Amino acid sequence: MSGHPTYQPQSAFMRWLERRLPIGSLIYSSFVAYPTPRNLNYWWTFGGILTFMLLVQMITGIVLAMHYTPNVNLAFDSVEGIMRDVNYGWLLRYIHANGASFFFVAVYIHIARGMYYGSYKEPREVLWILGVILFLLMVATGFMGYVLPWGQMSFWAATVITNLFSAIPLVGHGIVTWLWGGFAVGNPTLNRFYSLHYLLPFVIAGVVMLHIWALHVAGQNNPTGVEPKSEKDTVAFTPYATVKDAFFVALFCIVFAWFIFYIPNYLGHSDNYIPANPSQTPTHIVPEWYYLPFYAILRAIPSKLLGVTALATSIIVLAFMPWLDTSAVRSANYRPLYRQFLLIYFAAVIGLGYLGSQEPVGGYVIAARLLTAYYFAFFFIILPLLGLFEKTKPLPNSISEAVLGKDVSAGASGKAYKG
Amino acid sequence: MSRHSKIITATVLAVVLFGTASLSASAQEAAATPPKQKWSFAGPFGQYDPQQLQRGFKIYREVCSTCHSLKLLSFRNLADPGGPGFTEAQAAAIAATFQVPDGPNDQGQMFQRAGKISDYFPSPFPNDQAARAALGGGLPPDMSTLAKARTYEEGFPGFIVDAFTMYQEQGPDYIHAIINGYTAAPAGVTVTPGTYYNKYFPGGAIKMPPPLRDGQVQYTDGTPQTLDQYGRDVAAFLMWASEPKLDQRKQLGFQVMIFLIVFAGLLYFTKKKVWHAVEYPEAEQPRAS
Repeated sequence: MSGHPTYQPQSAFMRWLERRLPIGSLIYSSFVAYPTPRNLNYWWTFGGILTFMLLVQMITGIVLAMHYTPNVNLAFDSVEGIMRDVNYGWLLRYIHANGASFFFVAVYIHIARGMYYGSYKEPREVLWILGVILFLLMVATGFMGYVLPWGQMSFWAATVITNLFSAIPLVGHGIVTWLWGGFAVGNPTLNRFYSLHYLLPFVIAGVVMLHIWALHVAGQNNPTGVEPKSEKDTVAFTPYATVKDAFFVALFCIVFAWFIFYIPNYLGHSDNYIPANPSQTPTHIVPEWYYLPFYAILRAIPSKLLGVTALATSIIVLAFMPWLDTSAVRSANYRPLYRQFLLIYFAAVIGLGYLGSQEPVGGYVIAARLLTAYYFAFFFIILPLLGLFEKTKPLPNSISEAVLGKDVSAGASGKAYKG
Repeated sequence: MSRHSKIITATVLAVVLFGTASLSASAQEAAATPPKQKWSFAGPFGQYDPQQLQRGFKIYREVCSTCHSLKLLSFRNLADPGGPGFTEAQAAAIAATFQVPDGPNDQGQMFQRAGKISDYFPSPFPNDQAARAALGGGLPPDMSTLAKARTYEEGFPGFIVDAFTMYQEQGPDYIHAIINGYTAAPAGVTVTPGTYYNKYFPGGAIKMPPPLRDGQVQYTDGTPQTLDQYGRDVAAFLMWASEPKLDQRKQLGFQVMIFLIVFAGLLYFTKKKVWHAVEYPEAEQPRAS
């Protein structure tokens, strides 16, 4: 905390490099000296976890691609070949398949944290919108990856999801044919999905760099939502944030390893161990768990076009949160009403996820419609109005005050915002 | 937000995120729920029982293989570690008892020859159409991934409990249940000719005739030759066929878990030490800045 010194190259080589490409000082100022609010709790470690997961997915994915064959007649068997004959192929595939799920676990927590603490607000709008773009890219990448094993669920999920575009008036069917590269989901579809599944992670990595850049310009938000005002409010990224992130990455890995080694097929669908069969529709087509809330919104609306519109809106609307939310206070800790409505929103999303896994019959349809209505009301009615009517709690003058109590010398009394 | 409510929120979020995972509760004609069996390969330290896999292989060979293929398995797999524990010589001898198609030869003809250890299990029918034609329209599924391709619905909250109890044996339980599930059709259910009533089969009417009966397959190790035991043994064999690396997976998993827990513990204490001065500034000596 004693100031954030500038980069001093330690070796002759780094001094030489510094005058030609100052990458040393870039890394130093971004990941060592970078001041982070001292009161960040563990919900803030999920950005680091997401970076870690992106690397895990890219490394395992590149090795898997060395053994996978994107052909409708060979794909299923090549995946089974990876499971049976490639050294540690079973491990690579289970890491990659469960890694997708854990990537989404982390991103949902990351998004929820941003919503709770108002991280989307001025001056972090661009940071937030880049995050929404990253989420959309993840959705696309995950979906195309799920198609690659060419099991029954792969094939039928590809059919159902691509068919959504046919809801677009006039050009819909043309777009679907164009996406398929034919008149049904087939070999051209599998080939292009493979190509894009390999490409998009690098696009994600690029947008992640922009995301981190925007973060380092605006600075991190924190649980109070009050911007750091003095040096006392921040600590250096290294070692403080690094060690905290590392600890939580390790905890996250324990849960991740539990799934990889003990219940590797828990998050998958058993039908995907049946080779794709275009002439046999599974009794019940469901997407991967992380799409279920959106799938429930899609099915809650009887009109296909409106359903698809609602599905797209349910994600895109996130990008408009900075302007839909009219309140000047960031953190839900100081917004009692917003906090209640937001927790209900989280519960509604989880409820929609459950309903998305169920057949759309009877009470499930009604429940899905109610929750969908709340989902959109939250963004379009509650968020804009709350800012006008909500009575917020008084904000602390500074982060240090919030952490250490009014009387800074009272020290350890105020640890409410730690972890 | 108090620490407690944070923990509660975190727990609820985690449980439900993992919880909403998967699982279509298809409301098709409710089939009976397969009873859970004891499996040697269940749980964190579960491993296959080679003797059981050998018995299950005997059943596959003498009974199932009449109709069901096992395309993704090779004879060499029978001698793989974590499998039925045959020696390479035994696996080669087993391979030699099978006739496998090969060719074309120098005259351009396909021909049959004795199997080699590197061959894959030959299929009982040349193609699906031949199978359907011979079996009254039913297509026996390939058994290579069958034990992972079959499941049954547990519903809420069972599927959340499964994540904690590591229950991944839905497939073997289902296969065991099907083999033991042939009963007289309940009143009011008509079974069309060529199908058989099975209370565990979704829809009730299965095209596979009852495949096994007590005493049908001879065991040489004194294991009871009952239908129940046959079901268990063949289901275990099929689980191995679907997941041949399970033994290695669980062994490595334990090592990884120990490492991660120790590593996380070390990081926790490192974090505590690094942050001590920030959290307890009054306990620190005046710092030279």
